[in-house]
Amino acid sequence: MSLTPLEENVASHETPGSKFFPPFAVTPELEAEAGKRLAQFPEDRKRSAVLPLLHYVQHHHGFISAEAIDWVAARLDITPVKVLEVVTFYPGFRQSAPGQFHVRVCRTLSCAMGGSHELMKKLCELTGIDRTSCDAHHHPIAVSPCGKWSVEFAECLASCGTAPVCLVNDDFHEAVTADKAQTLLDSYSNGSSSH
Amino acid sequence: MISYKSGKQPDSREYRLIFKNVDREGWDPSIDCYLRDGGYEELRKAMGMEPKAITEEVKKSGLRGRGGAGFPTGLKWTFIPPNNTKPVYLICNCDESEPGTFKDRYIVHQDPHQLIEGMVIACFAVGAKVAYIYIREEFPEAAIILENAIQEAREKNFVGKNVLGSGFDVEIHVHRGAAAYICGEETGLIESLEGKRAYPRIKPPYFPAALGLYLCPTIVNNVESLCHVKHIVRMGGEEYAKLGVKNNTGTRILCVSGDVKKPGYFEVEVGKVTMRELLYDMCGGPKDGRTFKAVIPGGSSAKILRCDETFTLRGKGPEGSDLQLSFWDIPMDFDSLAACGTMAGSGGVIVMDDTRKMSWVLNNLNTFYAHESCGQCTPCREGSMWMKKISDRLVAGDAAPEDIATLESVAYQIDGRTICAFGEASSWPVEAIIAKFREELLSETHAGIENVPHNPEAEAQRRFLNHTPAEPGAPVTADIA
Repeated sequence: MSLTPLEENVASHETPGSKFFPPFAVTPELEAEAGKRLAQFPEDRKRSAVLPLLHYVQHHHGFISAEAIDWVAARLDITPVKVLEVVTFYPGFRQSAPGQFHVRVCRTLSCAMGGSHELMKKLCELTGIDRTSCDAHHHPIAVSPCGKWSVEFAECLASCGTAPVCLVNDDFHEAVTADKAQTLLDSYSNGSSSH
Repeated sequence: MISYKSGKQPDSREYRLIFKNVDREGWDPSIDCYLRDGGYEELRKAMGMEPKAITEEVKKSGLRGRGGAGFPTGLKWTFIPPNNTKPVYLICNCDESEPGTFKDRYIVHQDPHQLIEGMVIACFAVGAKVAYIYIREEFPEAAIILENAIQEAREKNFVGKNVLGSGFDVEIHVHRGAAAYICGEETGLIESLEGKRAYPRIKPPYFPAALGLYLCPTIVNNVESLCHVKHIVRMGGEEYAKLGVKNNTGTRILCVSGDVKKPGYFEVEVGKVTMRELLYDMCGGPKDGRTFKAVIPGGSSAKILRCDETFTLRGKGPEGSDLQLSFWDIPMDFDSLAACGTMAGSGGVIVMDDTRKMSWVLNNLNTFYAHESCGQCTPCREGSMWMKKISDRLVAGDAAPEDIATLESVAYQIDGRTICAFGEASSWPVEAIIAKFREELLSETHAGIENVPHNPEAEAQRRFLNHTPAEPGAPVTADIA
């Protein structure tokens, strides 16, 4: 079946990480979050709540699916394309599942000087991730075959003085040189993160 | 987790105002801790003042915005139209994303109430009843810390209805961005807060203070700037203005990263510390066996300086004579750095030593800007990508000497031709690195590589871009079918 360009744009792809995230569903918690966020803006400015709602969806479901886009659009009384344009614009949103633990390594100058490329290489080695098909704009994320890990190069994480740095889900880690990569992964092997 | 270097002593040359509580022994981000230290006293004082009087004090203080542009904060506040009847908004720009800058991170993680107190005072001064903290997505922990802090402040009536019985109502909301550098540009930020793509708005004529969020008057200030407001209320504008040097008052936080022994943050009086004192005395000098080569003094967008450069500042010497200044003697203030052809920007100092190839540095920055261009203006969207492609070739050893000139010409075609300052931000590093390290870049190229088309059409285009007519007698090559 061939997809139209629009369908292709909203389609999510199955990744090894998909099994770790529940499919999108409208829960009472999501409704409560929507109510809380909408209250922060004037009544006729519901569209402002699009980023917070997408954050909530991505936090709980791993990525932004077509169903989620439709729901957010309906909740905010805007057309789905106005949600989609936001999802595709901001590097912080993704449309397919990452790994259970998503590692964002800072790529920008100070971290690169501190060894972030070496860290990324080591992480890929340890998790069996192949980044060769990654490109910064359209496919920044690579997932390990087991689905437990994924990596992405992020732009400046604003901690240049403690380079190289990375985020694992919502946890921030400083001075993670390549030789500390194994320890970093080990700290997530059993427990769970704040995600 | 963000590291707390608890009890770490500041350098003796520092003057800690904003960072007083950062790494302080026994300090935590709770309101109890803040109140024990005399917190929210300045808010009480401000509530007893006329809003106009607060703005007047901020103007007298000479405070210049700490986000990058260095625009006078008090003056910005007065741009709200006097006959305005619409709601006024205040936005705290906590999208700290200029590479090399990492000051706001420590304020929002370790001392959130200082920011909230500064914001409530600023809201009172400009008449804003609703304020937003636009925080970058990459600070998830800080967003929670700030939301908790606002809740604590609300319980003590520092935020909310009838603040401290003054009759003034104010609400503060935390709004997370989504990892886009362009949201640090104030009009891009406003668009993002409206739920759209962060395409910056064209200005002038309408600045956010006149038409901002929802086309209402909006003041956008950096985290550090808003924190200074609290201290200006405490000290009084005139007293505050005694810190620093003329026209560059107060303290500012310098963030040093890269090839130094002890990178970190240092809060100093503006202009009272020179490059030498900062890099050798405070940061411990270069790593063993290396020498300093180049420094980006104010975030990655600032033009790079060579460590062996000297500058002639016209009329800055005694009795209006010219002042000769070596790189090492540059005082870290807005005006001196501007006079040396770069900028103080956001205070992010990135240091490179002799082991760094400038082509690699250039390519790293080009990759950043190519990724972060919002895509609204053609010169920037296409140009940033082309600059990356050319520098990709350069680091791969596939570049021809002509490529350097092409790269330079692309940069100059972006600069000044875009809606927002991202055009300059992305092209200045290229322009400066080529101007100052041309020989080094050329030495990495190989004559005869034909990656750049050297066909007649390409030559004609180059002549057009350089405004040079074809040489007389040159063969006519453009065939128009």
